[in-house]
Amino acid sequence: MHLSTLWFLIDSIFWIGFFILEGFDFGVGMLHSFVAKDETERRIAINSIGPVWDGNEVWLIVAGAVIFAAFPSWYATMFSTFYLALVVVLLALLVRGVAFEYRRKVDDPRWRSAFGWSLTIGSGLIPLLVGVAFGDMLHGLPIDKAHDYTGNFLGLLTPYGLWTGVTMLAMCLLMGATYLSLKTTGSLHDRVLRLSGGIGWVAAVVVWGFVTWTHLGLGTGFLPNPLEALAVLAVVASAWLASVKQEGWAFASAAVGVVGVVGSLLAELYPRVMVSTINAAYDLTVANTASGSYTLKVMTVVALVFFPVVLVYQGWSYHVFRSRLSAPRAGGDDPGPDGGTRIRVTDTSPGPTGAAGS
Amino acid sequence: MSTDLARWQFATTSIYHFLFVPVTIGLAFLVALLQTSWYRGGDPVYRRLTRFFGTLLLINVAIGVVTGLVQEFKFGMNWSSYSREVGNIFGGPLAMEGLLAFFLESTFLGLWIFGWDRLSKKVHLACIWLVAGATMLSAAFIMAANSWMQHPVGYVMNARHQPQLNNIAALFTNPVFLWSYIHALLASLVTGSLVMLAVSAWHLRRKRECGAFTRTATVSLVVLIPSLILALFVGSELGVVEDTYQPMKIAAAEAEWNTCDSHCPFSAFQIGGGVNDQNPTRILKIPSLLSLLATNNLDGRVQGINQLQAESVKQYGPGNYVPNVFIQYWSMRVMAYLAAMMLAFAVWGAWLLGRRRLGDSTWFLRIAPWAVLAPFLANTAGWMLTENGR
Repeated sequence: MHLSTLWFLIDSIFWIGFFILEGFDFGVGMLHSFVAKDETERRIAINSIGPVWDGNEVWLIVAGAVIFAAFPSWYATMFSTFYLALVVVLLALLVRGVAFEYRRKVDDPRWRSAFGWSLTIGSGLIPLLVGVAFGDMLHGLPIDKAHDYTGNFLGLLTPYGLWTGVTMLAMCLLMGATYLSLKTTGSLHDRVLRLSGGIGWVAAVVVWGFVTWTHLGLGTGFLPNPLEALAVLAVVASAWLASVKQEGWAFASAAVGVVGVVGSLLAELYPRVMVSTINAAYDLTVANTASGSYTLKVMTVVALVFFPVVLVYQGWSYHVFRSRLSAPRAGGDDPGPDGGTRIRVTDTSPGPTGAAGS
Repeated sequence: MSTDLARWQFATTSIYHFLFVPVTIGLAFLVALLQTSWYRGGDPVYRRLTRFFGTLLLINVAIGVVTGLVQEFKFGMNWSSYSREVGNIFGGPLAMEGLLAFFLESTFLGLWIFGWDRLSKKVHLACIWLVAGATMLSAAFIMAANSWMQHPVGYVMNARHQPQLNNIAALFTNPVFLWSYIHALLASLVTGSLVMLAVSAWHLRRKRECGAFTRTATVSLVVLIPSLILALFVGSELGVVEDTYQPMKIAAAEAEWNTCDSHCPFSAFQIGGGVNDQNPTRILKIPSLLSLLATNNLDGRVQGINQLQAESVKQYGPGNYVPNVFIQYWSMRVMAYLAAMMLAFAVWGAWLLGRRRLGDSTWFLRIAPWAVLAPFLANTAGWMLTENGR
């Protein structure tokens, strides 16, 4: 296998990992404003992703940086093409990241609700817009000989791109709902599990539509390939498992569904990375955007040595925080950052640095 | 015009980003020190202080991470031609930063914040040290990438005249990288410890938790003073390295329009000195100091802007290779003078502490919260000097 193909595969793993891991914390971020009935439940929902969301976001950073290092021309065209969309994504990431830290800073329902909604909206916008971008890359955009996008912002909102965005949104909601049902107890758990089933059936229809549209767009008929069939079946299975109260398996199936959806899109794309609607000769491909072989060799060594280490310690952190969160824990003994504060030094007002106390 | 806009945008977002980065690097280290004190001595005050300053750290990390993401995206969004040409070199350290440092930092920060009652004391302490180490590691990759922009190494030009990486080790043994990385780390420790000192002083002045905040004032001064002295020393060495590889940067920083052969004086202040006034009125000339700073020799030769411009034209073709001399001259001085003022202030603090009068010195405690502005201004000036002179 040529190294540039290997790096397309590695980058695909990072994107799939991002959509699975950050996918469920986007989902929880969106859902927490709707499924939680009171402040305690909202805290539980946020605390369920509190320890891990930051590490999950790094999957996005690395997925982007890998394109930069391994496929510089793809990076240049992709990021300049989706300029305005990425500005919105960056703002959403910013608002979302800040919301986690600031939400608990002021004990005022309006303050909390403002940051809570920022978290919800930010968590929804990111998968939607990144999904649109992925859809566009496969569907094709007017890209000229110099690999520059010649259209405007509205030209990015292709129907297929939008449907891909909605598909990602639905998958994140399903991931989030099943994850939350895994991490909670009592009435919040029951409510969110019922919701998982509902979201699952809707997601199944959306994913089926996505798969079919992909095929019609590519002119390859109605029959899905194995990866696409897997996507639809896994989402259906997830919905069914949620309705029979098997939340662990429902979550795992939803994750397999993400592998199917993102994996099939990237598989259809390969060996291209961005399709040109002007002329197939202008397509960006793995071969014509890749870095030199020396760079790819260096990166391969670094990835082979360090990526397994990352998987081990991230896995360990999920193991440490494996328990379900329930009301007394979230509000009292082990509050975590979004619970009450027990640090007495922080009773005083903030220092002149402008940073708030607790 | 649009290039100017992109430059302004990049400068603004970089400066904003670098307000948070040094606080994160410095505070992570200091918080790890506080927690180590608690771990070893068992004094619960240190546990509370760890959590208190840990909160400040978290807020900073959150903003630092997202503003850093803006920087990464900007290379593709605004500087796509740059990315296309040199991504195979420049992108490498960025990808490594994500894989080696960001994963480490974010995962163990999560474990640290939520792990107080779930991890053993030892493992929990290891988490904050891993976070502190990861912040410093991440700076290494960024500084390697930046140093490559200052002094490109480890590449060959291919047939299509595009630079291709051929030696990754060269990026990390680049002398500009070694000195500027250490300088940036020390500046971060200075920033973090001044933030801690300022917060401690603010509370001491209000007689709150005096015992606890005297401890953090002590810890911050212990880190601050050596870091400042080393930062000054390393910064001056960096000047020599830059004079070797980027003589124009140093010539512009001294408004040295014409080559000075030996014993070049250093001016503390000047009036004029721009392109239309190449013989500025120099105030407080210190004989031979410039030669010493730029070359480590009292009789060293410092090349002039006009000569360097002529050389560059010969080498790269017609164009203006002279940076904004006003920015260069003053950013260098703002940085150096602020560092000297911080050092004087820190020594004053240490003297008060030694005489057990820190808590009663109204003036020191009143100035400290304002002194925290100094490292931020000095850091910004340092980056303006580095980037504007590139």
